[in-house]
Amino acid sequence: MKLKDIATLLEADVLAGADLLDIDIGTAVASDGMSEILAAPHPGALMITGLINIQSIRTAEMADLPAVLYVRGKRPNDRCVELAAAKRIAVLATRLGMFDVCGLLRERGVRGGM
Amino acid sequence: MPEVLLQRAFEVRGGDFDKAGETSSEIKALLKEVGIDPTLIRRAGVVTFEAEMNVVMYAESATVVFTLSDEDISIEVFDRGPGIADVDLAMQEGYSTATDEMRQMGFGFGMGLPNIKKNSDIFKLESEVGKGTRLYSAIRLDGAS
Ligand SMILES: Nc1ncnc2c1ncn2[C@@H]1O[C@H](COP(=O)(O)OP(=O)(O)O)[C@@H](O)[C@H]1O
Ligand SMILES: [Mg+2]
Repeated sequence: MKLKDIATLLEADVLAGADLLDIDIGTAVASDGMSEILAAPHPGALMITGLINIQSIRTAEMADLPAVLYVRGKRPNDRCVELAAAKRIAVLATRLGMFDVCGLLRERGVRGGM
Repeated sequence: MPEVLLQRAFEVRGGDFDKAGETSSEIKALLKEVGIDPTLIRRAGVVTFEAEMNVVMYAESATVVFTLSDEDISIEVFDRGPGIADVDLAMQEGYSTATDEMRQMGFGFGMGLPNIKKNSDIFKLESEVGKGTRLYSAIRLDGAS
């Protein structure tokens, strides 16, 4: 599923990486625990999290995850967004909760990592 | 004797959550520049980032020495801090002395040191209570893990 179709499906705002929306997403990892994501990296996967601090972007960077989707209406601050843009990581934000986001993506064939 | 191709030292400050990850990021960039395999770069990134987070969470300051030789990537972290009284206990998955505040930042579930070990071909952790901790991780370039 293309990142832009994910954004449309989840009515997500694109906060960084508007030029990266053609990335194809086959796998997603979802957690608020950064060590958990780092423990089982799935390069190329979409990272879904409710954790909006700078470590979330660093985690995506270290695990080679090209996009981060923030759930539950959470919005990262400008520094996070700037860091993501500098690292070529797309940032999306949706009002939907973790469960609904995962369910909707799973229904459309995105597989879970971890 | 392995030949050293690249060596850099970085300083990490305890409590500096905002900068945590900068050293890992620079190491990643250095490895990318010389064309190291992405899987090995990822492993080095995870090792350094978890080690950096530990310094930020538990220690006062640290020196991180990154070395690329023709045999391996090594990450050595010497910190000045409280040290670890029981290294075997600290290595156990799930053991953590992190505060709720640290947990809210997505760390502090007792997975950091096990993550570091898992990504290392050689791993050493030594500590002296009241002085500090030395962590050594090496990742072989031939990919054996
Ligand atoms: N550099 C360090 N200095 C002092 N204590 C440390 C250090 N690194 C780890 N520890 C101790 O070991 C425990 C386990 O570390 P780790 O596996 O990284 O998990 P976590 O950081 O999630 O607690 C920590 O909770 C802490 O008590
Ligand atoms: Mg840790």
